[in-house]
Amino acid sequence: MSHREITTESRPVRVLLIGAACAVVTVFLLLPLIAVFVEALRKGWEVFFESLRDEAALSAVKLTLTAAAISVPMNTLFGVGAAWVLTKFRFRGRALLVSLIDLPFAVSPVIAGLVWVLLFGSHGWFGEWLDARDIRIIFALPGIVIATAFVTFPFVARELIPLMESQGTDQEEAAVTLGASGWRIFLRVTLPNIKWGLLYGILLCNARAMGEFGAVSVVSGHIRGETNTLPLHVEVLYNEYQFSAAFACATLLAMLALVTLGIKTAIEHLTGHTSAGKH
Amino acid sequence: MIHPTILRFHPFRIRRHSILAVFGMVCLLGLAACGKKSAPGADGPSLLNVSYDPTREFYAEVNQAFAAKWQRDHGVKPAIKQSHGGSGKQARAVIDGLEADVVTLALAGDIDAVAKAGLLPSDWAGKLPQNSAPYTSTIVFVVRKGNPKGVKDWGDLVGDGVQVVTPNPKTSGGARWNYLAAWAWADKQFGGDEAKVRDYIGRLLKNVPVLDSGARAATTTFAQRGIGDVFLSWENEAYLIEKEFPGKTEIIYPSLSILAEPPVAVVEANAAKHGTAELAKSYLEFLYTPEAQTLAARHFYRPRDSKVSVNFPALELVTVDGKFGGWAAAQKTHFADGGTFDQLYGKK
Repeated sequence: MSHREITTESRPVRVLLIGAACAVVTVFLLLPLIAVFVEALRKGWEVFFESLRDEAALSAVKLTLTAAAISVPMNTLFGVGAAWVLTKFRFRGRALLVSLIDLPFAVSPVIAGLVWVLLFGSHGWFGEWLDARDIRIIFALPGIVIATAFVTFPFVARELIPLMESQGTDQEEAAVTLGASGWRIFLRVTLPNIKWGLLYGILLCNARAMGEFGAVSVVSGHIRGETNTLPLHVEVLYNEYQFSAAFACATLLAMLALVTLGIKTAIEHLTGHTSAGKH
Repeated sequence: MIHPTILRFHPFRIRRHSILAVFGMVCLLGLAACGKKSAPGADGPSLLNVSYDPTREFYAEVNQAFAAKWQRDHGVKPAIKQSHGGSGKQARAVIDGLEADVVTLALAGDIDAVAKAGLLPSDWAGKLPQNSAPYTSTIVFVVRKGNPKGVKDWGDLVGDGVQVVTPNPKTSGGARWNYLAAWAWADKQFGGDEAKVRDYIGRLLKNVPVLDSGARAATTTFAQRGIGDVFLSWENEAYLIEKEFPGKTEIIYPSLSILAEPPVAVVEANAAKHGTAELAKSYLEFLYTPEAQTLAARHFYRPRDSKVSVNFPALELVTVDGKFGGWAAAQKTHFADGGTFDQLYGKK
């Protein structure tokens, strides 16, 4: 029985293309990841763990987790609400709202940080009002949370909108005719349909929230042990010639990326899709 | 067919909206509550020192020494926090609300900017001895081992194929000292012919491949990433590079440089608000003690205290006051929008 190739390209072309793809993946994705771990362990495990136990490092981890713990649920709630409104209803200004949700993706992170300084800084629009009440937003936790929330704003909504769009409103309509309440429809019909896409959106949102550098850098004030998030702490260490310590902290971020990828793959496996939530 | 918009009129939908709204408000209120300045830790007062780039290692040691001294005298240990970055950027952050109790910046012009925002009196420089500059430094050249490009003085920096690394004078204090030192040399060299001085500075800037935002980023560019042939550097940073990257670089002293006086000041508005005025004042006064002066020398600053021994080469040093009529004038002529830097940079 003759074996028929489904591809028409000759063997050398295929080898070349596959080789090129592998080379790109190795150089651009694998090598940097390996470099992080190699650099981190250059001075041995002792220095590695020492850097992670350092007070400033622990405080950076805590701040990063806190910022993510506040901004991710906020954005999840918003994202689900926005996706629900935008896909299940038709109303005036809907297109505008869809574009507005994408704004944080379109804006440079530096600007995303600076706008908050302009609004809440001492000389900003609300600066005087806040100063009079001794409320600190910029160069403190609230500013970091706001900047993080702003840049990660679209992740959940963006993930859900195409998914819910493709699902249409048939099932909800059926539920309405059967007399279900709005809240019940959401919990029993809509939510089960979107749960994997939602989880994936939250995952991406969280990864970005913990890794954000630009916007947070602008509003942080870089106070060691107080307003440095993990990515900022990595930069500080690097600038202090503590390369091994910098990369040790960077491994935490790399680990976060790997865990994110692992969960994502697991979600895909569970749902049987090749890509959870297509863009 | 039932149109989905009927969902809109269902009472439960409306209630869901209000639940969301309430939740949102709670989130915001929570945020605002976090924003309230928390009371200082039970174990002592805290002080925020907003400083410029190359002082990281120096203040790490000063803070320890001072905290120990304060604890001996007052029984509580103060927590001293640090923030570092380009001097201009740091001043900007303090103006925008970074609540520094003290600023220890690269040049008087940056503290003037903070004073102009009303956070400290404009005569701050007279509050501490020697223009409120407890240590000085100067600008030197750092070259690759063996000085392959044969750089000896400022004139060699404009040669063909010589790459000069210096940070951006708009954001970095050190870079402003670099710029003025180059200007002072050219002014002397060309006998005050401003056209020739401008030509020299223009050619010098053309040899700069990247303008980093702060001195430390520029150091990394030169020492770690290996970009450039000559690095215009703080003297103390130059010695630090030798320590961190042994055998890779050499320090070259030009025929003339500038006396850099990095000043310190209490940000009185913030200190009063935090109740740290006394602590902040003692902290800065501590910088003039033999203990801190010795630390300054150890981190390659030139101490004011002549009893602290150092062996820096002597070289001709001009001052900003003597040569440029003070920082306010230098800032206006050279670094303000439309100043000589703007005119000469990017003029290809």
